[in-house]
Amino acid sequence: MKKSVILGAATIAGLAAGAAAAGTVDDVKARGKLNCGVTTGLVGFAAPDANGEWQGFDVAVCRAVAAAVLGDANAVEFVPTTGKTRFTALASGEVDMLARNTTWTFSRDVDLKFEFTGVNYYDGQGFMVPKSLGVSSAKELDGATVCIQTGTTTELNLADFFRSNNISYEPVPIETNAEAQQQYLAGACDVYTTDASGLAATRATFENPGDHVLLPEIISKEPLGPLVRHGDHEWGDVVRWTLNALVSAEELGITSANIDEMAAGTDNPEVNRLLGSEGTLGEMLGLDAEWAKRAVKAGGNYGEVFAKNIGEETPIGLARGLNAQWTEGGLLYSPPFR
Amino acid sequence: MSDIGYVRTEMLPEKEPPASEVGIIGWMRHNLFSGWINSILTLLSIYFVYKILEAVVPWIISPTWDAGSLSECREILHALGREGHYAGACWGVIHERWIQLIFGFYPPELYWRPIAAFVLLGVALAPVLFADKVPSKLLIFSGLYPFIFPWLLWGGTIWGPISALLGFVVGWAVYTLISKTMSGLLGIILGVLASLVWWLVISSYFVGAMDSVAAIGIEVVESRKFGGFMLSITIGVVAIACSLPLGIVLALGRQSDLMIVKYLSVGFIEFIRGVPLITLLFVASTLLNLFLPPGTNFDIILRVLIMVTLFSAAYMAEVIRGGLAALPRGQYEGADSLGLNYWQAQRLIIMPQALKISIPGIVSTFIGVFKDTVLVSIIGLLDPLGLATAIRADANWNGIVWEIYGFIGLLFFIFCFSMSRYSMYLERKLHTGHR
Repeated sequence: MKKSVILGAATIAGLAAGAAAAGTVDDVKARGKLNCGVTTGLVGFAAPDANGEWQGFDVAVCRAVAAAVLGDANAVEFVPTTGKTRFTALASGEVDMLARNTTWTFSRDVDLKFEFTGVNYYDGQGFMVPKSLGVSSAKELDGATVCIQTGTTTELNLADFFRSNNISYEPVPIETNAEAQQQYLAGACDVYTTDASGLAATRATFENPGDHVLLPEIISKEPLGPLVRHGDHEWGDVVRWTLNALVSAEELGITSANIDEMAAGTDNPEVNRLLGSEGTLGEMLGLDAEWAKRAVKAGGNYGEVFAKNIGEETPIGLARGLNAQWTEGGLLYSPPFR
Repeated sequence: MSDIGYVRTEMLPEKEPPASEVGIIGWMRHNLFSGWINSILTLLSIYFVYKILEAVVPWIISPTWDAGSLSECREILHALGREGHYAGACWGVIHERWIQLIFGFYPPELYWRPIAAFVLLGVALAPVLFADKVPSKLLIFSGLYPFIFPWLLWGGTIWGPISALLGFVVGWAVYTLISKTMSGLLGIILGVLASLVWWLVISSYFVGAMDSVAAIGIEVVESRKFGGFMLSITIGVVAIACSLPLGIVLALGRQSDLMIVKYLSVGFIEFIRGVPLITLLFVASTLLNLFLPPGTNFDIILRVLIMVTLFSAAYMAEVIRGGLAALPRGQYEGADSLGLNYWQAQRLIIMPQALKISIPGIVSTFIGVFKDTVLVSIIGLLDPLGLATAIRADANWNGIVWEIYGFIGLLFFIFCFSMSRYSMYLERKLHTGHR
């Protein structure tokens, strides 16, 4: 093996360790590539296509940040992480940010020393049952067998929900979503419960999706968002405001189609500030004036990214729901760009 | 006078055996229907095999090779009037992704490099595996191959592997020089030191200098681009190749009379065998990251390679110790009485016999290591199983299970089965049974 290279690299790395405490923004710029942690595969959110290009809703966040900082939406090294390795990968500096359907919780933010830079998808735990079961509410599920992934928060949420409603259930522990699909279709359980987006994606793959219904109850809050290491606020700001730029762009009507036109200058001062034709927002962030323009151009505004990867036109077919703009009754609410 | 009316004077010609004893009928009578219990069992088995084939074969024979998504597969099957959850396999996913399952994310224009690396691997292994059929001069190539292999896969300047090779040359030169003039032990120690100094200190300058003089090299491919069977085979081959010598050293160390060597070996073997491979992989992927200084780029695949190699070396050591223990005491005494020193005795008398006895155990350790490589999917490397998850996360292919896992299982079977057949060939050739 390349022993010399390895040992040499280790030595140099040891010497350089003291000097490597510079900010992540500078590290990323110096490297010319953004290391972005993603899942090893989740329908609609992150998956490599046949050419090995990563696609998906979370992937789009990585690409937007890379476009804002480096000017190239493809200057991203996607690092697949599992549920077990994701946090150490971020804490150790192996990745600069995680965009990996990770729920923003108190302990992850405070105890694990991470910083969630916003929410890119509001999810919640739901139930799927066969239509033939004739159930219209989760409260009617007394005595049901439930397929549930072990070791996740969904397991605890389920126990809480059934206890507070004073009904009983029988858990069927499963390890992965693939196993769950097979078990559920084979009739090993009456109910399958996981995040509502996952249920919709799973149902879309069934031979007859119409034979299965998602129950109206959502029993938990799962705000999913990108996160960075605690303490590097400049980098956190870059990721946070890149996400906000995507959300604001949708609110302000900036799309990948009309962005060049709007960047030339409009009557709306916020659009001008966002796209850099007015003000010095980019400079404050340590980037150039056109950072947000590039971020939006990379994959479109939030709505376009949503529609392309998980929206109603895709096989996954998720409605905007909670993820609509605040003006449309959803929860997306970007702080103003000024 | 004799009462005997008739004496045959010549032998009767041999008759054909009865039709019920030879041919297919005879074979079936002997092997399938030799009693009523066996007959019932045979019929039952035939029934079950038929039932399984009846279910599986129509599923496999499914004209969905060109489909672009699971729903397209279903349309094709629907048009054929085949309905239901197990109407037919959706082979489109294999058609679209088989290259990815084999090469991972390796740049397509550079596929020749892993292909060349593994073809040359066969060439390098030939003099070792089929010693009687291949000219032994090829062994020189086998010796050089460990330097060619990483260079082909990872790329970079050609001076890197040359410099690594020169380290051995420097060490050997120092050893011969010193051992001729002074003691042999001093020669070994100084030789190893000289190699280490070369690799750690001089090598990087040498590579830099030569690179600026003559920049010969091929495009660098990062470890993150490795995936699929290429990753499995790389990990498997490196772990197998490194664990055998390491295992021999450990096994000898465990039997050594030198206390420190002995307890170091015992401690290492027992520690590694007492810890599951998954734990070691987690150490490699997460714990090392936290201990190493931030910003260190210690290649993840390299960390995994080291862990898997150490893991299999510990098992290999115990397998070989079994072989050593099976040798009668007289073999050691015979070697001593011939006046051979320790290494000569090991090389000429002990090891050839011990390794021969251990072949089945060694090969089954190899097979185990190769299959264990799929565990790297747990730490986020995209080996075939990791890629299967990733492929199933493609909206087009979500919901496909059996086709992908069946394909992966088939390829693994081919590799492991060939290893097992080779071990049987080797056993026959070497007559390890002492019959």
